[in-house]
Amino acid sequence: AAMELQPSHGLASRAATLATAYLCYRRGSPGRALALRSIRRARREDIDDVGHKYHLELVLEDVPDKDSTINCTAEVLYHLGSKNVAPDVQFTLEGELKNTDEADDVFYNQIRSLEKELVAENIPDSHGNVPPEMEPIRRLAWVASGYVIWQNSTENTKFHLAQIKRVKQMKRSDEYLEFDYTILLHEMVSQEIIPWQMTVLWHPHHGVQVTRDSRQPKHTLE
Amino acid sequence: DQVFHIVPETFQQVQHLQRLCSTLLLDLWKPQLPEDILAGEDLHIRVPAPLVQEVKDDLDHHMISYKVLIPDVQELVDQSMPNERSSHRQLPEGYVYTQYHPMEEIYQWMTQIQNNSELVTQHYLGKTIENRTMYYLQISQPSDKAKKIIWMDCGIHAREWISPAFCQWFVKEILQNYKSDPKISRFLQNLDLYVLPVLNIDGYIYSWEKDRLWRKNRSPHRNGTCYGTDLNRNFNSSWGSVGVSYNCSSEIFCGSGPESEPETRAVAQFIKRKKSDILCYLTIHSYGQYILTPYGSTTKPPSNSEELMHVAEKAAAALMGKYGTSYEVGSTSLILYNNSGSSRDWAHMIGIPFSYTFELRDNGTHGFVLPADQIQPTCEETM
Repeated sequence: AAMELQPSHGLASRAATLATAYLCYRRGSPGRALALRSIRRARREDIDDVGHKYHLELVLEDVPDKDSTINCTAEVLYHLGSKNVAPDVQFTLEGELKNTDEADDVFYNQIRSLEKELVAENIPDSHGNVPPEMEPIRRLAWVASGYVIWQNSTENTKFHLAQIKRVKQMKRSDEYLEFDYTILLHEMVSQEIIPWQMTVLWHPHHGVQVTRDSRQPKHTLE
Repeated sequence: DQVFHIVPETFQQVQHLQRLCSTLLLDLWKPQLPEDILAGEDLHIRVPAPLVQEVKDDLDHHMISYKVLIPDVQELVDQSMPNERSSHRQLPEGYVYTQYHPMEEIYQWMTQIQNNSELVTQHYLGKTIENRTMYYLQISQPSDKAKKIIWMDCGIHAREWISPAFCQWFVKEILQNYKSDPKISRFLQNLDLYVLPVLNIDGYIYSWEKDRLWRKNRSPHRNGTCYGTDLNRNFNSSWGSVGVSYNCSSEIFCGSGPESEPETRAVAQFIKRKKSDILCYLTIHSYGQYILTPYGSTTKPPSNSEELMHVAEKAAAALMGKYGTSYEVGSTSLILYNNSGSSRDWAHMIGIPFSYTFELRDNGTHGFVLPADQIQPTCEETM
């Protein structure tokens, strides 16, 4: 039996944030990140012996092109009991996402032609600034953090990427780009800031992969 | 422009490099003069951007190995320039409301605002745990009428920089427009405004100097091995019951008891004293884009719930009318999570009828680290 929730309801917004993070991971690239604009409708279904399933109708926006929005339906299933199983997320996008092949290729070639591996810290800086050449690096972090968020979410958490503490490009002998990120996740319910390491692989036309990730102790921040 | 690092291996290479430098008029950083280029010694040359490829090709052709020491000279130059902020530091006339300001500048701003305006007076509220002085600003049109009070505090959580920025903006707007804007002047005929621009001063300073994402105050616990109480869990409203931690290392540590923190006591004592005159209590936070009503500790609605919601909904609609930003309205326990000991709940519980928490922009995309270029639109719409 599905219960209708107010779109502003805390549980709906947690499920929507999770669905968006997952979606961003599956569809994002350095040229495109997706964020949640609004929740149009939310229903919750309690499935005996299985878990809680949320049916959502969402409006997403393109980051940075905020005028570009896309509708989406998603289903999020939080499994009963087991803490080590990520929630199941399914989604359908209404319409096409903007093609970012060109921007992705430009970024790819820029990084490949660097003399030294890229290294950067504090994106954005304390005042919220991001140098334009770092925007793709930031979007890539957003997309990759979607994986970490998906794997670690429960009905009682709502994660957002707060800041990239450090990013280091790793040398590779193949065509892929590899970046080692230390990010800070903000968890809304506990208000905690959680440092997390993630190793991110990307190639244009191949999607983003997180090959390794691990939660870091708090004093990594010093 | 790029700076190359080369260690010439042979005399022929040295000669070639000397010729290259003089032909292309390259800028020698080390050594100063071409004749001082030596085999086995470091050579640093700045190559203008248009020549970078040509020089690289030439070096490759002559089998001279090189490293790019500085991939972008302009970037380094830009980074090392003193901030243009420093020239705006002094006066409220030059005060830049579209940038974030450190605490010393906010203190100066309060003094100057008071000196420049007949409406504003600065008052002592109390001291922080690190012994800094807390001041609030009273905006009051002289009159023989006794007036009701609207209280607004900002910066209870250190990392929410947009909040103190909003309080400063708010004061500026009132002072700039009270003579010309009939709504504001009528407002001030009947109401006094009390504004506390930064409640958690120690925490705010810490977020500038040490940890941008710090939230709590800076009270020491466990013999100085752990710091900070969440001031918005420290008020005497169902204190310590739900949505808190009793562990200092948590961001929602509620303190050793209700009003255990001097900052909390300073605000609570003042509001208790004036409570029969206070019509509305506002506390400004970020992020999330919400107008939150009591309570966090229970889903049971407050007695004047309908009226509270009605006013909040009108506010959200007006806010949206400016830039289309949507704010959700509702009680904390339904929209966000359960919490206890919040200042807003406490204000309502002691009898202040209209009590709201504003969570300003944004929705999570930038979160606490909202770019300064969003200060203006955020403040304008919230106004």
